[in-house]
Amino acid sequence: MDLTTQYMGLKLKNPLVAAASPLSHHLDNYKRMEDAGIAAVVNGSIFEEQIALEAFNVHEFSLQGTDSFAESLTFTPEQSTYTFGPEEYLEHIRAAKSAVDIPVIASLNGHTVGGWTDYAKQIQEAGADALELNIYFIATDMDKTGSEVENTYVEILKAVKSIVTIPVAVKIGPYFSSMAHMAKRLEEAGADALVLFNRFYQPDIDLENLEVVPNLLLSTSYEMRLPLRWIAILYGKLQISLAATSGIHCAQDALKMLMAGADATMLCSVLFDEGIEYAAVILKQMQEWMEREGYESVRQMKGSMSQKSCENPQVFERANYMRVLKSFHAG
Amino acid sequence: MKRNQVTIDGNEAASYIAYKTNEVIAIYPITPSSPMGEKADEWAAHGETNIWGTVPVVQEMQSEGGAAGTIHGALQTGALATTFTASQGLLLMIPNMYKIAGELTPTVFHVAARSIAAQALSIFGDQSDVMAARATGFVILASNSVQEAMDFALIAQAATLESRLPFLHFFDGFRTSHEIAKVEQLTEDDIRFMINEDLVLAHRARALSPDHPVVRGTSQNPDVFFQARESVNPYYNACPEIVQKTMDKFAPLTGRSYHLFDYYGPKDAERIIVIMGSGAEACQDTVDRLEKKGEKVGVLKVRLYRPFSVKHFIQALPATTKVLAVLDRTKEPGSAGEPLYLDVVNAVFETASEKRFKALPAIIGGRYGLSSKEFTPAMIKGIFDEMKKKEPKNHFTIGINDDLSKTSLDYDESFTIESEAGVRAIFYGLGSDGTVSANKSSIKIIGEHTPHYAQGYFVYDSKKAGSVTVSHLRFGPKVIHSTYLVSRANFVGCHSFGFIEKYDVLEKLDEGGIFLLNSPFGPQEVWDKLTRDVQAQIIKKRVQFYVIDAYQAAHETGMGVRINTIMQTCFFAISGVLPREEAVEAIKDSIRRSYGKAGEEVVQKNFYAVDHALEHLHKVQVPDHVTSSVERPPVVSEDAPDFVKNVTARMLAQCGDQIPVSALPADGTYPVGTTQWEKRNITQEIPVWDENICIQCGKCVAVCPHTVIRTKVYDPECLKQAPAAFKAVDAKDRELAGLKYTIQVAPEDCTGCAICVDVCPVKNKSETRFKAINMMPQPPIKEQERKNWEFFLNLPEIDRQKVKHTTIRGIQSLEPLFEFSGACAGCGETPYIKIMTQLFGDRAVVANATGCSSIYGGNLPTTPWTKNKDGRGPAWSNSLFEDNAEFGLGFRLTINKQKEFACELLKKMEAIVGTELVQALIATPQKDEADIFEQRKRVAVLKEKLKGQETKEAKQLLSVADMLVKKSVWIIGGDGWAYDIGFGGLDHVLASGYDVNILVLDTEVYSNTGGQSSKATPRAAVAKFATSGKAFPKKDLARMAMTYGHVYVANVALGAKDEHTLRAFIEAEHYEGPSLIIAYSSCIAHGINMTESVQDQKAAVLTGYWPLFRFNPDLAKEGKNPFVLDSSAPQVPFKDYTYRQNRFQILAKTQPQRAKELLNLAQKDIYERWAIYEKMASPPPPAQSNQPQ
Repeated sequence: MDLTTQYMGLKLKNPLVAAASPLSHHLDNYKRMEDAGIAAVVNGSIFEEQIALEAFNVHEFSLQGTDSFAESLTFTPEQSTYTFGPEEYLEHIRAAKSAVDIPVIASLNGHTVGGWTDYAKQIQEAGADALELNIYFIATDMDKTGSEVENTYVEILKAVKSIVTIPVAVKIGPYFSSMAHMAKRLEEAGADALVLFNRFYQPDIDLENLEVVPNLLLSTSYEMRLPLRWIAILYGKLQISLAATSGIHCAQDALKMLMAGADATMLCSVLFDEGIEYAAVILKQMQEWMEREGYESVRQMKGSMSQKSCENPQVFERANYMRVLKSFHAG
Repeated sequence: MKRNQVTIDGNEAASYIAYKTNEVIAIYPITPSSPMGEKADEWAAHGETNIWGTVPVVQEMQSEGGAAGTIHGALQTGALATTFTASQGLLLMIPNMYKIAGELTPTVFHVAARSIAAQALSIFGDQSDVMAARATGFVILASNSVQEAMDFALIAQAATLESRLPFLHFFDGFRTSHEIAKVEQLTEDDIRFMINEDLVLAHRARALSPDHPVVRGTSQNPDVFFQARESVNPYYNACPEIVQKTMDKFAPLTGRSYHLFDYYGPKDAERIIVIMGSGAEACQDTVDRLEKKGEKVGVLKVRLYRPFSVKHFIQALPATTKVLAVLDRTKEPGSAGEPLYLDVVNAVFETASEKRFKALPAIIGGRYGLSSKEFTPAMIKGIFDEMKKKEPKNHFTIGINDDLSKTSLDYDESFTIESEAGVRAIFYGLGSDGTVSANKSSIKIIGEHTPHYAQGYFVYDSKKAGSVTVSHLRFGPKVIHSTYLVSRANFVGCHSFGFIEKYDVLEKLDEGGIFLLNSPFGPQEVWDKLTRDVQAQIIKKRVQFYVIDAYQAAHETGMGVRINTIMQTCFFAISGVLPREEAVEAIKDSIRRSYGKAGEEVVQKNFYAVDHALEHLHKVQVPDHVTSSVERPPVVSEDAPDFVKNVTARMLAQCGDQIPVSALPADGTYPVGTTQWEKRNITQEIPVWDENICIQCGKCVAVCPHTVIRTKVYDPECLKQAPAAFKAVDAKDRELAGLKYTIQVAPEDCTGCAICVDVCPVKNKSETRFKAINMMPQPPIKEQERKNWEFFLNLPEIDRQKVKHTTIRGIQSLEPLFEFSGACAGCGETPYIKIMTQLFGDRAVVANATGCSSIYGGNLPTTPWTKNKDGRGPAWSNSLFEDNAEFGLGFRLTINKQKEFACELLKKMEAIVGTELVQALIATPQKDEADIFEQRKRVAVLKEKLKGQETKEAKQLLSVADMLVKKSVWIIGGDGWAYDIGFGGLDHVLASGYDVNILVLDTEVYSNTGGQSSKATPRAAVAKFATSGKAFPKKDLARMAMTYGHVYVANVALGAKDEHTLRAFIEAEHYEGPSLIIAYSSCIAHGINMTESVQDQKAAVLTGYWPLFRFNPDLAKEGKNPFVLDSSAPQVPFKDYTYRQNRFQILAKTQPQRAKELLNLAQKDIYERWAIYEKMASPPPPAQSNQPQ
């Protein structure tokens, strides 16, 4: 059984990739992931805001109260150098790289064009096999048009691509008026892969304290439908790799994604729910299913149920809607 | 040789040489010398090496006494060792200085000379400290300028090695230590050239070593001590020549030629001022001017003061000298004259027979410049004029109006010698707006981009929040000797619009000068917003008037309230000191150098502000006549007491220099409650109460650091005359049913910290961003709230017995007797003090260690400790830094003794006073407010009875009768005092068993002197003197105190659990023995958002870093475990606390690996400490503890 797959030029021993998550904060988990059969790990993201905010905070708080009172003209000893930015993160990548043999993909999370994209180069130098650019942008500005938003994505990608040689995947959300066009633009701008989709953690309201709180909810299998649809639609229309993320919880989910056209299937919530070692179970069940159904390789099934290859391409478009309603009434 | 031109202050200049030429540096913070130690610590942390290529050891000590001891030890074992200090610090070093000198040990102590506390403390500069050390045997060498501070530091180091005599190298505190000037930096080669290696080796060879042992420090007897003491004479005799030789070696190296006494002036001068320190430079400046007018005047600069070389002194004076005026920057009450004067008198008379002068000169002595009092050319001319008189005044003072003893000389204040060349600028700024930083940067820019010399001197406020800074800058083609404030400016920048109503900012602006005003009003509107006097000055002086809305510009460019780069850009744009484009580039270059470390984003943000600043700058078309009808408002209310109106108000108006001697108390005793008259209006936003949703919990009142949020509960009848906008609702508490409840904010005293909003537990149901108290713009509601505040103050106070003293809700309406202090906005210390005064203020006597609390508590012009309507309130005093526990114990001893005496007298006078009253007065326990209330009534009756009595005993009893009412002794100070310098005394007082309450306001650093590490600093935190993060854990002072068994100990954090704090205060005060409360105090030195400091306190407790507990020996008496843990086991990791605080984050961003290691250790500390406490808290109870006396 050949489970190998090519993901943005990386040869993976199977399609299971650990998505960016806090699990990768602990070095020990890399080894556990590798042992469980996971083929590549995406590091937890380094955030644009985090880097900028740390610098601003240290700067502002070091200035707080200065030159106000004769006895205490400063409160902070002068430091020769500060290391803002990704040094800690880079160290983590270096350590991860030496801990495992599988590819380590770094993740850079941001939403503006700025100096922070320079960190991509440092990430490459630290040994990352590839970079996942997580463009996390919530368009709240009423004066900003859709095209302006799209341009921002493209510019960020171009900025990063211009300084690295390792493959760059772009992780995006589904909220584009023309998803297919956007995917094409990103390919044209140099993306080596698209990671579909970012779930954008939705805030929640704490009734007790009347506060809006960030709330990290783990996904369910149901959420895989959205990436499934888009991977199926895009497969074959782009030359670049497609990775599926959101809602892959079992072997069946992963198989469906591969059939839709994914080159890689990313696991996150399930590893929190069931433990890292559960990846081995998924892999085993995938293999069993494939054997049972007579598949020889992942390559063989990849895209087999995509819009391009399936019996009834319309179901991925509007017809699918009709069908859902029908089945609902029927049920 | 090409040397770098650097723009630095005197402290850095001296410290640079000290660092380069020593191996061991022992330090302790004291203003104004602290920056010398700070620099040394930073350099060591950054791996800077000395001239021998090794990094000196920099060790902070627990006191200056400790630093001196360490230096003594280091010297004895052969190290090159140095220290830095000032004022009381130098006094604490004196015992060791005698030893170091007695043992002929080479070292240099660098001193930023400062006043010594007498009738009051002063942080400012004079030479009282140096003069107090003149008998130690140290050589004393004076620097007059920043350049000299560097030069003489090296000369001293070279000469000490050769002479074997220790040197005290000093320069004037602030005037030189903090003046920023462009100087030539000596190179390492220069230093090596001056330092004789053989002498270094010789010093090392004399070291104590078991490899060639000797005994040093013997005890000697009448037979030989005297002779041995005289054995050092040859060294002292040789010293002046050695110093001169060293100066002569230095001269060709740098072109700067110095002498033991440097005369400046015409060769045939007749009137000579003899002076030491920075004032000599002002004299030189003045002599230049007067000489041009044909006056035969000169100045003799004393450089080597000890050993005083009579020979060199006399030789340095012109033979034509007729009158000498010897100026001392010190006061020696009761002496025949100040020290330098007496030395000069002696020198002249001892050499009279040599006939050096045509006639023996007349000699007068005078005092000047105490506590950085300005010493100006006008005063110097006044002295020269006095010297012309037939009988000039001796023992005079200059610069003050001594209408009491008539010592002062009159002088023409308008005399000025400001150079016409170059730029002279004055900037009025707010401490928080970055004005001083910008000016420091401008000096560097001009110093480095032009051949011009540059000088900056900065005057600061006495308040820590909303402080005013005044910057005095000079730039010019010649070396600047002007060691005095700018007296005539051609540029005035006023960075806060409110200042023009408070101060005469245009007073010193030249005719045709430039005035730049930061104004919310544009070029069209601003004129109408000016007061009459400002308009009149602008017209009369034909001022070029510019406005900029810098706050708007800062807001638009994301700079917050820091308008520094914006105002700096405008200054360069309109002053013409540099071509505009070059200036902008230079500012950017400076920004990159200053902020580059903080990352590109910070740099770019500042660049953006620079690029957009000029868009907001406008020239104002000045009308030709005054149009305003608005006069400058009075400084204080007409209702203020006379002392406040006549004295305090003048200080507030920055006219304190004009207050005559007779107006000031001779013994340092001042009235209380004066902050209430200083309406500072320093915040743009104040809290506003939403009475409709308030649950009346009182938390906002408890946390308010400046006591501006108050509650009153009162009869509805009182509201009859209430202003229309006055808010009142029904009191919610059952026991207060039928009464009205009001929370009122003092609108002009608030500092805008907004902690009250953060702590408010209530949210508006329709718009959850609003709470029951919310920050709102102050200007629109100022007048209305001022009236409300006045009405509120006149409402009756609640009957103290009606409310629960054990709840925050209950005590909110108890009158605080500590208000509107000068503490920082958001101060974490002051709420504790306020609560203490609410509970015990009317019978408290407070001993306050020097530090933040003594400064915001006792720094003139106005002070926060106040009294109630009965005239009772905390009596407060500050003795020193190191002795506060002992000082407070003294209070207790007096109270106990006098109470005992009163009881003895009562018994003797039983027949007259009445048995029943006597017994009640003596025997009634005073356990609570009600008891004390009754006792006060009894004492009043007693006094009434005694009034008519003429017997000695009756008079004695009358004088001590008040001691029959229970007094509450509070010993308050910071961690620098309690953990370090005062620990010995604190420990002794705890051991004594006496009934005192010690409140340690633990900010975990020396906050007042700028955040130096103390033994309370947590492991892994960066602080000054711990630049690389503190390597060892915080001292567990509480546990140490608990080992006595008889000491009440509590660890509290008001923000984490307010009623726990309250309970601890009540128990501590109630406990009839020593009590120690260690109070977590948030501080800006932590690098936190002060508005959210309560969250930091909560995190401190949740992580287990700051466990809450009480150890009450009274419980042991009941057979219970005296130790009660009041917080739960560590629930979250320590990093949840540290990530909130810059003091920890800095290390993570500079030395990540070290940060990780130290944080891991700190986490371990927490677990280990918790395990111990948990064990202590569990039964069985310990054996009966020792009982207090």
